[in-house]
Amino acid sequence: MAYALQQLINGVTLGMIYGLIAVGYTMVYGIIGMINFAHGDVFMVGSFLSLIALLGLAALGITSVPLALALTLIFAAAIAALYGWTIERVAYRPLRGSFRLAPLISAIGMSITLQNFVQVSQGARVKPIEAIIPGGIQIMDQGGFAVRLSWMQIAIVVITMTILGIFTWLVTKTPLGRTMRACEQDLKMASLLGIDTDRTISLTFVIGAALAAVAGFLFLLYYGVIDFYIGFIAGVKAFTAAVLGGIGSLPGAVLGGLLIGLIEVFWSAYFSVEYKDVAAFGILIAVLIFMPTGILGRAEVEKV
Amino acid sequence: MTALRDAFLSALVALGLFAPLVGLVTTSGEHGLLLELRPIATAVVVGLVFLGRLIVLSRRGRTRTASAPSNRALAEKVSKAGKYVTPLLLVAAVALPFTGSRYYIDLGTLVLTYIMLGWGLNIVVGLAGLLDLGYVAFYAVGAYSFALLATNFGLGFWTCLPLAGILAAFAGVMLGFPVLRLRGDYLAIVTLAFGEIIRVVLINWVSLTNGPNGITGIPRPTLFGLAFSMDGGPGTIADFFNVEPAVIQRIVFLYYVILGLALLTNWVSLRLRRMPLGRAWEALREDEVACRSLGINVRNTKLTAFGIGAMFGGFAGAFFATRQAFISPESFTFIESATVLAIVVLGGLGSQLGVALAAIVMVGGLETLRDFLSFLGDQMNSPLFSGIASELPLYRMLIFGLALVVMMVLRPRGLVSGRTPSVALHKVRDIAPGLVARGRG
Repeated sequence: MAYALQQLINGVTLGMIYGLIAVGYTMVYGIIGMINFAHGDVFMVGSFLSLIALLGLAALGITSVPLALALTLIFAAAIAALYGWTIERVAYRPLRGSFRLAPLISAIGMSITLQNFVQVSQGARVKPIEAIIPGGIQIMDQGGFAVRLSWMQIAIVVITMTILGIFTWLVTKTPLGRTMRACEQDLKMASLLGIDTDRTISLTFVIGAALAAVAGFLFLLYYGVIDFYIGFIAGVKAFTAAVLGGIGSLPGAVLGGLLIGLIEVFWSAYFSVEYKDVAAFGILIAVLIFMPTGILGRAEVEKV
Repeated sequence: MTALRDAFLSALVALGLFAPLVGLVTTSGEHGLLLELRPIATAVVVGLVFLGRLIVLSRRGRTRTASAPSNRALAEKVSKAGKYVTPLLLVAAVALPFTGSRYYIDLGTLVLTYIMLGWGLNIVVGLAGLLDLGYVAFYAVGAYSFALLATNFGLGFWTCLPLAGILAAFAGVMLGFPVLRLRGDYLAIVTLAFGEIIRVVLINWVSLTNGPNGITGIPRPTLFGLAFSMDGGPGTIADFFNVEPAVIQRIVFLYYVILGLALLTNWVSLRLRRMPLGRAWEALREDEVACRSLGINVRNTKLTAFGIGAMFGGFAGAFFATRQAFISPESFTFIESATVLAIVVLGGLGSQLGVALAAIVMVGGLETLRDFLSFLGDQMNSPLFSGIASELPLYRMLIFGLALVVMMVLRPRGLVSGRTPSVALHKVRDIAPGLVARGRG
């Protein structure tokens, strides 16, 4: 029981990170119907930016932990947003309205580029940092097994919830969110009604990249070690989460992320760590066979 | 003037992008990580972006008006030239070993492996229109089938080749069943997941696959039972033909084996295209609903496409294993699937010649780039370049990624983008790229 509770805590924490990345996938997919393969690598760039910002702030002598974390978060999100904007501008916009596989290959090229760019510029070695928020609280103790909830996990859940809250407000209540939803429903109709679709798509990439950078920041804090290759696996898992939750659905992405996180953690705890990826992908395949639109997705109706 | 302003803005964006990641480098110090400033490198990168943007803008101003018709003219030229290019390429491929250069033969073998993979995947993606991001899984299944059969049961290459193909085809059908109802990107993600599952299993099933250490001592192929052995004893090529044993004999032989396998793939897929099955594939690519309405068995059509495509991947995998004599899960990563898919898309989806050209350009280009970069690194022995010279080979994949993006932006429909109909009433006429329906993927 205690063991399961501990796994539940760990799984939710991991799921939050996946959920944040998955939102970026699902938004882009909802609007322009492409898999943004480079998104996982934007997440990786975000975590590198956070690392650099933390080190830079330490070098500048800012020792207040909350201030340093807030500045890092803003810096990483801003620069990653610039990355998202540039990627869309350079690799996807020229291919808009083109044949469907072209943006996919372009995205794969962008993903390879980002990975190798970080490898070349920052080195291939793993980058470890010390825990910034150490400690935690003990919730219960059962037969010598202590269930711990670290401050870091609380911070991750709180930050994710806050960011997702802001994001939900942005999508549901602001004019920007309205245009985004309009573009998602019908891009052509939206442009006929005077919505600047190019600008909306750009902003979608900017927001998605900023969310991915937040996820990268949290990943760095939680695991304390990153390298240039983390983007691929995290990206595939997050995309799996987006598909699982029903691609195009924002709550679905978060739900899918939580499910993937929980599946992975519970599988590692009770079966085998080596096959946790197989479990996540296996569940994805199973869900798609029996529920091809995902959990919260709409069925795609095709008019002939 | 606007161009200058535009380039300046691009440089500003580049400064924002590269100042943190290029200008500040995390290095390991005594007490954890340290930051190191690299202002010159940042300035160089930003300057390059500025210049690059200026060049792009000045070129665009000149060619924008004429680009559309010239593009079409180019496409027509390419498809006309195709008649001569194909036999030329074939002759060149057959004649290549006569250069006697080991380097070129090795490179040719590599390119032909990718051509074969490209043609195999072309059946799935180009003809049947099923987007497969996990093709490397079948390559891996073929390679491991051969390696395991050969090392555990002592079977030879030629016995195992069909078995590897059959097992890979079986894997293809197994993947095909659950994804029958999926389309487009759902299919893409499931195939990608399948590729990853195979790789994870190969890494972790140590008792069977020897895990990350891979399988060594995979036997080389024989020519009608004659081995390519260096000791020149009885039953070897050297002994039979009474020549000195040399490594080059085996390399040339391997080259012709893969050439034969690749041509077999090409021949089979060209023949299949004319059969009802091939026509059903192409119909499926264009419109699945119409196919169903016309009574085409969509399930069997999809499964055969997966199965046959996977079979050729399996053949290529068995060849890869026998050529390397060593395989490990590291050779079967997603990047391989992506490369093969890029070859197919860049080749122009469905065009046999296009796939071959794309494979030559991409794989040949990648290898040439490797040599060029290491050559360049050797030349830079002045201390000015000391930081960059040793890192140059790392830039290879960076350039590869950028090249993928640039090629797609310039030619989104691939090198050979028109389509030749498989069946025509009177005379076969090429269909211009603009008229080809947007593939659903």
